[in-house]
Amino acid sequence: MQASVRNVLTAALLGVLTVGVLSAALCTARAQSAVAVSIDNFTFNPEHVTVKAGSTVTWTNRDDIPHTVVATGHAFRSKALDTDDSYSFTFTTPGTYEYFCSLHPHMVGTVVVESAGGGDAH
Amino acid sequence: MALNNDSGDGISRRRVLECMSWTGTGVLWSIAGGVPRSLGIIDEAVAQERPGLTFLQISDSHVGFDKPANPNALGTLEEAIGRINALPVKPAFMIHTGDISHLSTPSQFDDADRIISQTRLDVHYVPGEHDFLDEQQKLYRERYGRGSKGAGWYSFDANGVHFIGLVNVIDLKAGGLGNLGAAQLEWLEDDVKGRSASTPIVVFAHMPLWSLYPEWGWGTEDGARALAYLKRFGSVTVLNGHIHQIMQKVEGNVTFHTARSTAFPQPAPGTAPSPGPMKVADGKLRTMLGTTSINFKRGESRLAIIDTALQN
Repeated sequence: MQASVRNVLTAALLGVLTVGVLSAALCTARAQSAVAVSIDNFTFNPEHVTVKAGSTVTWTNRDDIPHTVVATGHAFRSKALDTDDSYSFTFTTPGTYEYFCSLHPHMVGTVVVESAGGGDAH
Repeated sequence: MALNNDSGDGISRRRVLECMSWTGTGVLWSIAGGVPRSLGIIDEAVAQERPGLTFLQISDSHVGFDKPANPNALGTLEEAIGRINALPVKPAFMIHTGDISHLSTPSQFDDADRIISQTRLDVHYVPGEHDFLDEQQKLYRERYGRGSKGAGWYSFDANGVHFIGLVNVIDLKAGGLGNLGAAQLEWLEDDVKGRSASTPIVVFAHMPLWSLYPEWGWGTEDGARALAYLKRFGSVTVLNGHIHQIMQKVEGNVTFHTARSTAFPQPAPGTAPSPGPMKVADGKLRTMLGTTSINFKRGESRLAIIDTALQN
C-alpha cells in the first residue's frame, strides 16, 4: 500500500514537473515539520500536502463562515473554526489521511504522511 | 349619468372599482413580491378574499454574524420581525428553516429567541448546520427539539395541511451534500403512509431538498428518496433555506422554494469563487434580505408563496 502511494506520488510529481512553482511548493511542504493549510473560499489550500511523520499541520480559517477539519477515518476532528481560528494536528503514523469539512462536505483535502526515516515509506 | 348608475347592468361602478383595487393589490403581491403596504379597507377586503391558512417562513437569521456582509445580523432580524408584527393579517404560525444562530452559542440562541418571540407566534424550527456546532448538538435539542424524533424531525397538522420538518444537516459524508439518513427516511415513509393523497403536504428543511447546485454542496444526497414517498400526493410544497436567495422550481405536483436570509445574501450559483457571504452596497443589503409568506386555500393545489424583502 505504501509502495502504491509512493507510485501515485511519483506520478503526481512527474505530472507537475512542468509547472515549476507547484513542484517547488510540494518539495517545501515535504521538507518542513510544520505545515500550514489555509481555508479560503470554501477550499483547503493546498488541498494535498505530504509531510514526514512527526509533522504538525495547522489549518487556519480565512473565510467569513465557520468550517471544520474532520478526518474521514476519524483520526482527527476539529471544533468549528470561526474566522481566523486555527486547528493543529501532529501526524505520527505514516499513511494517507483524507479529510473534509463536516459543515460543507464538498470541501475535501488529503494529508500524506511519510515515514520520518529518510524518505523511506516502510 | 350612466357612470353613477348603480343598477341596470348588474355591477355597480363602486363594485368595479373595488374589484380593480383588489386585482391591483393582488398583482402587486405577485409582481412586486411585497405585501400591501397601505392599511385599511382594501387590506381587510383582501384578507376576507383569501381565507384558509397563512403562515410565515423565516430563515438563516445567523444571529452573531458580524462580518462585512452585514455587521449587524441581529438588527436585520429585528427589522424582519418588526415587519411581521406590522402585517395587517396575523399569520397562523411561523416556520424557521435553520441557521438560527451563527455559531451555536447560548447567547446567540438567547438573542434569537428574544427577538423572534416578539411575534407571539408559534414557531416550528428545523436546524441548520450552524445550529449544530456544539458537542452533541445539545443546545439546539434542549431549546427546539422537544417532541421531535432523532436529530429533530417531526410532523404536525394545521387546517388540513400536513407539515413535515426534516433535518438534513447532520452526518454529512465527505464529498457529499445534505443528508437525511436511513432512520429519518424510514420515519418519513411511515409518517405519510396512511394519509389520503389529497392531503396537502408542506415539507421544510434547511438545505435544499433537490440538487440545486451540487458544486457548492447545495442539495440533499438522499432527497430524491424522501420525494419518492411524497409523489402520490396531489400537492407538495418544499420550503428550504441555506442558500440565502430565492430559487423556485415546479416539478409535477411538487413546488420547491428557497427563502431569503434575514442576515446576509449569498451569490447566485457559480457567479463567485465560493458560496460565502456576499458584500453588497449598504443601500442594497435590505433588498436582498427578507421573509416569505405562504397561503393555502382549500381546493387549490398550489400554495401561494410571497417573498417580501426588508426594503424594495
